[in-house]
Amino acid sequence: MKSTEIHEKSPWQDITEGNKIFEPATSRHFHTGEWRTSTPVFHEEKCKQCLLCFPVCPDSSIPVKDGKREDFDYDHCKGCGICAQVCPFGAITMKEGK
Amino acid sequence: MENTYNFKEVMSREERLAPGHRMCAGCGGTVTVRAVLRALRPGDRAVVGNATGCLEVSSFMYPFTAYEDSYIHNAFENAGATLSGVETAYRVLKKKGRIDDTFKFITFGGDGGTYDIGFQSLSGAMERGHDMVYVCYDNGAYMNTGTQRSSATPQYADTTTTPSGRVSDGKVQVRKDLTAIMAEHHIPYAAQTTFTDNFKDLHTKAERAIYTPGAAFLNVMSPCPRGWGYDSSELMTICRLAVDTCYWPLYEVIEGKWMLNYVPRKKLPIKEFLRPQKRFKHLFQPGREELLARFQAEVDRQWEALLRRCES
Amino acid sequence: MAIRERLSGNEAVAYAIRQINPDVMPAFPITPSTEIPQYVANYIANGEIDTEFIHVESEHSAMSATLGASAAGARALTVTSSCGMALMWEELYVAASDRLPIVLALVNRALTGPININADHSDSMGARDSGWIQIYAESNQEVYDNFLQAFPIAEDPRVHLPVMICQDGFITSHGVENILLVEDEKVRELVGEYHPEHFLLNSKEPMAVGPYAVSNYYMETKRGQREAMSNAREVILELASKFEEMTGRRYGFFEEYAMDDAEYVIVLIGSAAGTCKAAVDKIRQATGKKVGLCKIRVFRPFPEKELALTLKDRKAIAILDRSEMFSATCGPLGAEVQAALFGVKSQAEAVNYFYGLGGRDITVEDFEKVYGRLEEIARTHEIPDMYEYIGLRAK
Repeated sequence: MKSTEIHEKSPWQDITEGNKIFEPATSRHFHTGEWRTSTPVFHEEKCKQCLLCFPVCPDSSIPVKDGKREDFDYDHCKGCGICAQVCPFGAITMKEGK
Repeated sequence: MENTYNFKEVMSREERLAPGHRMCAGCGGTVTVRAVLRALRPGDRAVVGNATGCLEVSSFMYPFTAYEDSYIHNAFENAGATLSGVETAYRVLKKKGRIDDTFKFITFGGDGGTYDIGFQSLSGAMERGHDMVYVCYDNGAYMNTGTQRSSATPQYADTTTTPSGRVSDGKVQVRKDLTAIMAEHHIPYAAQTTFTDNFKDLHTKAERAIYTPGAAFLNVMSPCPRGWGYDSSELMTICRLAVDTCYWPLYEVIEGKWMLNYVPRKKLPIKEFLRPQKRFKHLFQPGREELLARFQAEVDRQWEALLRRCES
Repeated sequence: MAIRERLSGNEAVAYAIRQINPDVMPAFPITPSTEIPQYVANYIANGEIDTEFIHVESEHSAMSATLGASAAGARALTVTSSCGMALMWEELYVAASDRLPIVLALVNRALTGPININADHSDSMGARDSGWIQIYAESNQEVYDNFLQAFPIAEDPRVHLPVMICQDGFITSHGVENILLVEDEKVRELVGEYHPEHFLLNSKEPMAVGPYAVSNYYMETKRGQREAMSNAREVILELASKFEEMTGRRYGFFEEYAMDDAEYVIVLIGSAAGTCKAAVDKIRQATGKKVGLCKIRVFRPFPEKELALTLKDRKAIAILDRSEMFSATCGPLGAEVQAALFGVKSQAEAVNYFYGLGGRDITVEDFEKVYGRLEEIARTHEIPDMYEYIGLRAK
């Protein structure tokens, strides 16, 4: 049984033995972005790609590809605002709401 | 510390903690987990262990695991023993030729699972010298159950079981110095760190802990915005104040040699660290000035003691 | 050819461990099981086996490390008694819920309060709801034979549950008896190599173990465990018949001694069966009275149907418990056997006695008295002593 096929209505026969999961990183299917009450906005033009925002994100929601950050993963970003605080270039601002 | 930290390269490594876990917004715990796992060399496998706590109930909520690597949670007080078993299985299966990949063993526990209920299990695992890293993400209270005091809670902190009140100043005792206690197990590597600047200190220590053969212990101050009472966006400011006031010194003990990794140019008064946190609010009330002075004296005493240890 | 030896129960278990050569064994000493890890440590020190021993600092850690090793893909076991097992309590449930094929060699000893190091079943009976298979032994031979069957039962894909192999502290653990040992190659054939389908150290398939499961999943998870425990019945019998083919020694859920025509029956668990058998022989020889013994071997899963079938038409039954459960009524075995009899609307009279707590001796004479009581109860249909202690001093 794949984790994506297991849900809160699954019959007992479909629950994996011992509640073990045999795939990595299945939490990606759960979208914590819905929790957000404020949202970081990425101003790419101001970004110097220093990447200081990357390690401070508790939610792995700043994708980095080939040494460069991309826009936020809004499916998962919870809007804590740490990244906006650490950005030396004002490339991240917070806005109210989702 | 060596100057081999290639920030861009390290930040470009495969993410080993997936999003979608249920930790609070702004949690320091997952910042720790990400940073430690990032120190694994690309291609190396790991088994991640975990004591019960915020991290466990949030990062492996059936059927959602946040880990790219194999992961095992067993109970609250036995992360050390559980990973001992995993690591021993690795050695024996390798010896018997049943597996050939390289695995590293890293377990995470909060201060409840590490300083307190899991202390015996941790001590046993370290004493036996399993080739593993025990990482404490220390947020200074039992946060999973709603901020009850632990032996890692700083003196005077207001917690739900040591509330400040008319006749109470908060927690009575000073915190347990677990990093020193683990170093006294004479393990090859013990260190204390937190989040600073570009994470060089934490990364370097995590890498050493993981790749030093034998048992290693890493104590990472991991602030909890909810339990400490500060705005979640202030994570890095809080950590900076913790190290610049010498509340949380950055040091490591390699093969018994104590080394200080950071000395603030100007040691800030402890109240700078305490003031932004709601849990210390009562210390700033008129008539309680003496408590701040006592807190400062204790920080100074411990800092001086650490300096002496690092000089000798 | 089987090997004739004289071994204590602890030596027999250690010998079985040597033959199985498991991967990982964490253990912490506690009387009366301490000798087992000592023997195993010697086997390792002399290069006879390549098991890794973990010198854990407590029994809680022993079971925790065993669990970690098993999840990692190793064949893992541990050993304990009494308070050691009580300290493992939480972990027993986790092991069963994680569906890990761990084996625990338990040398039954009374739980503390006051400290007592002798045989009694309060340790394992307290863990009867933990989700472990429990197999008990009367003799050294039986504990050895049971131990050889433990891993194949635990590791069967229909089961995947931990197994507890129990023997009575000192009585069998330290008593030296004649024993027939199975040849090494036959043991290897029976137990086989362990190749789990899923394990933490499989680099091709990361695995996560031990989640937080909300109420939408918990009940379904327990139902899955129940299924495995239910499946264990057929697997236990399959192993028993394989074992019989190999050794000629026959095992089932319980042993029936002089039961064909028995009217007065004692039901019990463990080493006291030997004394009870002597009483049965003595009574039958002297009086011809139809007395018999039903000795439970498998307590988990509970052989409800089979037991009810064999007991339901007897005249009177005494169920003997070697542990209290302080319901102020029956003991654990008493409760379950009587429930089984109720299920088949048995008319048999039944009483539940406590015996042997904290190592108190039970004698042939004691058993003769019990059979005498059963006869009287069957005649009068009056039971003033429904729950009594055997061998208790009283004013």
